[in-house]
Amino acid sequence: MNYQAVVIGTSFGGLDALRTILPQLGESFPVPVIVVLHIGDRNIDSFISHLNGSCSLTVKEAEMNEPARPGFVYFAPPNYHLLIENNFCFSLSADEKLNFSRPSIDVLFESAAWVYKQALIGVILTGANSDGADGLKVVKQLGGTTLVQNPCTALAPVMPRFALTLARPDFRINLERVAPKLIELTSQ
Amino acid sequence: MNSYYDDQNSRLLDIEIGLLLEGVYQKYGYDFREYSKAHVRRRVLSRLKISGIETVIGLLDRLLRDADFFRGFLNDLSINVTEMFRDPEFYRSFRENVIPKLRTYTFIKIWHAGCSTGEEVYSLAILLQEEGLLDRCQVYATDFNGKVLDIAREAVYQKSEIEQYEQNYRQAGGTRKLSDYYQSLYGSVMFKKELSARIVFADHNLVTDSVFAEVNLILCRNVLIYFEKDLQNKVLGLFHESLTPAGVLCLGSKESIRFSKYEDRFTAIDEKQRIFKKRLI
Repeated sequence: MNYQAVVIGTSFGGLDALRTILPQLGESFPVPVIVVLHIGDRNIDSFISHLNGSCSLTVKEAEMNEPARPGFVYFAPPNYHLLIENNFCFSLSADEKLNFSRPSIDVLFESAAWVYKQALIGVILTGANSDGADGLKVVKQLGGTTLVQNPCTALAPVMPRFALTLARPDFRINLERVAPKLIELTSQ
Repeated sequence: MNSYYDDQNSRLLDIEIGLLLEGVYQKYGYDFREYSKAHVRRRVLSRLKISGIETVIGLLDRLLRDADFFRGFLNDLSINVTEMFRDPEFYRSFRENVIPKLRTYTFIKIWHAGCSTGEEVYSLAILLQEEGLLDRCQVYATDFNGKVLDIAREAVYQKSEIEQYEQNYRQAGGTRKLSDYYQSLYGSVMFKKELSARIVFADHNLVTDSVFAEVNLILCRNVLIYFEKDLQNKVLGLFHESLTPAGVLCLGSKESIRFSKYEDRFTAIDEKQRIFKKRLI
C-alpha cells in the first residue's frame, strides 16, 4: 500500500504521547502527519516550538488553504475544526463543538478518510473522552489502516477503549511501538 | 457512517453532492458549489442521517420538490456558530488600532458581512457606543439566511450564554457592564434598542450578490474559511471594491489574505488579529 497521510487523535496524556512518537519519525518520513490534540482554548505555540526542538520533521499549526506535505507535522489550531479537502489542502471550520471538542478528532478523521481512503493511517492515542472512535471507524470502512494505543498502557484509557470497541482497529499496540509501526507501514 | 457510501461506492458521494449543489442552485438560486467540499460533505451526511434518506440523490429529489425541507437544509449549510465578543483580543486590538482611524471620519459606514444571528454586530455596536462613535455610524449587517436575520433583528438571546459573553466583554476591554446593555426577560435577555438604531439588517449573499455600498470598514469573520480558494478570491475582490481608500477589513483569527489574489492590495494593521487596510493604490 502506498500511504499518503497519517492522522493522529489524542487528548488527556497526549502531550507526553506525542513527545514520545513524533521525534522518532525521521526527516524522510514519507507522508504528512496531521494531529488533533485536545488542549482547550489554550494556544499551542509553545508546545509546537518545543516539539520543533526535538523532531526532525517540521512541526506547525495547519493553515487555511495550505497543502498537506511530507516532512511536516500539522496541528489543528485551537478552537477550530481541521479538515482535509479533495485537493489535499487544509480547511478550517468554526462549527459547533463535536463530542464537546473543537477541534474534534472525528471531524478530521472523517474528512481525511473521504479524501485519502485506503491511503490513510488513523491513530488513536491516550485520551479521556470518546472523540475519535466514530472517525476511526470511517477510516476503516473506507479502507484505511487503523491503530489504537493499548488502553492498558495509556495514561487515559477511555479514548483508546472507545476506539477499540467501535472501530475494531487493525492494530492495538503499546505507545513505544507506534512510531516504529508507522515507519514500517509507510516504507512498504 | 452512512452504509450506502462504503468502500465500493465512496466515489459516488462526491459526484452526487456535485449534482445536489447544482440542482439546489438551479431551483432555488443559492450557490454552494464553491463551498469547501469537506464542509458540505459533513453537513450533507449529517442531514441524510437525521432525515433517514439513504442516498444524496434521494436527498436531492426531496429538496427539489419540498421547499420547506429546503429551508432546513439551507440552515444546515449556513454558518450559525457565533458569540458576543468572540476572540476578545480582536476587540482589544480593534479599540486600539481601528477606533482612532474611525474617529477621523465625520460619518462612518460599516458592513458586517455574514452577521448570522447578530451577536457580533451588537458587540461592535456596544464598542462603538463606548467610544462615542455609534451616533456617527451606519452599520449594514448582512446574511443570506433570512431566518438568522430575524433572530438578529429581535436581539433576544439565551440567558445561559450571558456569563460567557460577560467574560468575553471584560477581556475585550469593555468599560461598563454588559448588563447595562440588555434587559432580562425570563430565560432570555434582550439588547436595548439604542444599539440597533444605527443597524440595518439586510439579505445579501456574498456568493451571488455584488457591491451595494461604499464603506469605511468591513467585518467578515469566520466566513471565508468555508469557501474554496476561487470563491475566497472573489469575495475578497468584492470587499476590496466596497472599501473606501484606506478602508479597514477585519477577518477571522485564522483567515488570511496571504496567498490570495489580493495579498498586495492590503497592508496589515494587526497581522495576528487579521486586521487589514486597503492600500491607496
